[in-house]
Amino acid sequence: MIRGLFLVVLALLLTGAREPVLVPDVSQRNVDIVYSFTGAELLLFGAILYPDGRFPQRDADIAVVLKGPSQPILMREKQRLLGTIWANADSTRFQSAPGFYAIATSRPLDKLIDERTAAIYELGLGNIQLSPADAGDTGKQARFENGLVDLRRKNELFIDRPGAVEITNGVLYRARLPIPARVPTGHYTAETFLIRDGRILAAATRDIVIRKSGFERFVAVAADQSPFLYGLCAIALSLALGWLASAAFKRF
Amino acid sequence: MQIYLPIANMSVNILTMILLGGTVGLLSGMFGVGGGFLTTPLLIFFGIPPTVAAASAATQVTGASVSGVLAHWERGGVDLRMGLLLAAGGVVGALVGAWLFNALSGLGQIDTAINILYVAMLGSIGWLMARDAWRDIRAERSGEPVQVRKVHHHPLVANLPFRWRFYKSGIYVSPLAPLALGIFTGILTVLLGVGGGFVVVPAMIYLLGMSARVVVGTSLLQILLVTAFTTMVHALTTHAVDIVLAGLLLVGGTFGAQMGARLAVRLPPQKLRMALAAIVLLVALRMFLGLTYRPPELFTIELLG
Repeated sequence: MIRGLFLVVLALLLTGAREPVLVPDVSQRNVDIVYSFTGAELLLFGAILYPDGRFPQRDADIAVVLKGPSQPILMREKQRLLGTIWANADSTRFQSAPGFYAIATSRPLDKLIDERTAAIYELGLGNIQLSPADAGDTGKQARFENGLVDLRRKNELFIDRPGAVEITNGVLYRARLPIPARVPTGHYTAETFLIRDGRILAAATRDIVIRKSGFERFVAVAADQSPFLYGLCAIALSLALGWLASAAFKRF
Repeated sequence: MQIYLPIANMSVNILTMILLGGTVGLLSGMFGVGGGFLTTPLLIFFGIPPTVAAASAATQVTGASVSGVLAHWERGGVDLRMGLLLAAGGVVGALVGAWLFNALSGLGQIDTAINILYVAMLGSIGWLMARDAWRDIRAERSGEPVQVRKVHHHPLVANLPFRWRFYKSGIYVSPLAPLALGIFTGILTVLLGVGGGFVVVPAMIYLLGMSARVVVGTSLLQILLVTAFTTMVHALTTHAVDIVLAGLLLVGGTFGAQMGARLAVRLPPQKLRMALAAIVLLVALRMFLGLTYRPPELFTIELLG
């Protein structure tokens, strides 16, 4: 981190840039999922470096976004059929729905930037780029997008925390973001945006890997790579436990 | 205490899962049903993805039936020939079921199909059992002699060709009948994650006319073999067997099955049957309400890999 800081300062001196620069970091570069994993909390923090080491006249705002790996998904919607039964009736595809998206800002997002800028930088739960495959019918698309955001919010996979970024003396910032237990594994990005007067002044990214480790990783890999052996083990386990219980009970 | 399930990708309370397995095991030991018809819906209720729930429930049922089979085997309560025949049909049915599962998943109608199947099966069987048990209880109270069921099979079954003798079951019947019954339960096993005991047991009594002494043991043997096969089918195709979840359910389930088997000896059989009928009907009613009430979530997400 110190080396990174040094490089940033060097770059500033060389280019003589007038724009401030962000030096972000995260509390954990790797989140390991083990048997006791019930979720985690990530601390996203960093410093705002102003050119010439000046302190800002006016405070800027910060938005941090933690985004998980994107996946193509198929969404189905239940409707009432024949006046009695609720069954899947309509469906649509999204090519790139992030499995996790959390945003924290120092003030409510609509006070920081306008809709257009927010959409360009994919800031806010309403502005996630989902690449709908069914772009023709805008009404249907909006309905499914809202459904997706609602569902993932309830599962704590989409998180919106306005006001959760603390800024100290205009130069240091930090925000805590919760990661639920059902988080998808993969490569995550933590993006930080420096915002003032409705403009994004600077942006910086850090990568985070969330993965299963130890026994959990072993089980997940085994189920995927050697399904026959895995199936045999599951059957053997059930037979052994069943036999053990009956043998144990015979003694009483 | 929480534990992370590596295939279901979520964490659950260890005690809750062990208790769930134990309750289902208790019923399975008492009534000679696998109990899958309770495990799968309960797991889904706790937020486990439906495919993982069905696959892991099958694994749990295998374990729960082992001790039952062993206990009945020692008492001479297993008709091996009948059990193997049923299991052979079950294997064929499991393959048909896997194909059906894929076809219905593609249409997005697997949840609805599963629910309707549950309501139809559990509703009709629960009603049959309740009616029968009620008649027996009433007969006993009024002091009338309980009608002893004559061993006879349904005319549909009696008309089938090439009859075999099943000595332990005390019947002389075409092997096609148990084979067809096996195929049918195999389909149910894959689709619903159930062993099919709640279908096989009444069918053995009412359709095949098997001797009551071997019904439970034989049905458990068939359940054991078919659920073991289903576990393998799930491991190979859906990759949805969560060995940690199955292990937790098994710890409670095998213990519960032993307790249940002991309890069953002490309780009056008619009341036992009435209790099972009530549970089956309750699950059916719950499933029916789930189909007709506006669901809390209209949308579902399917990951496309």
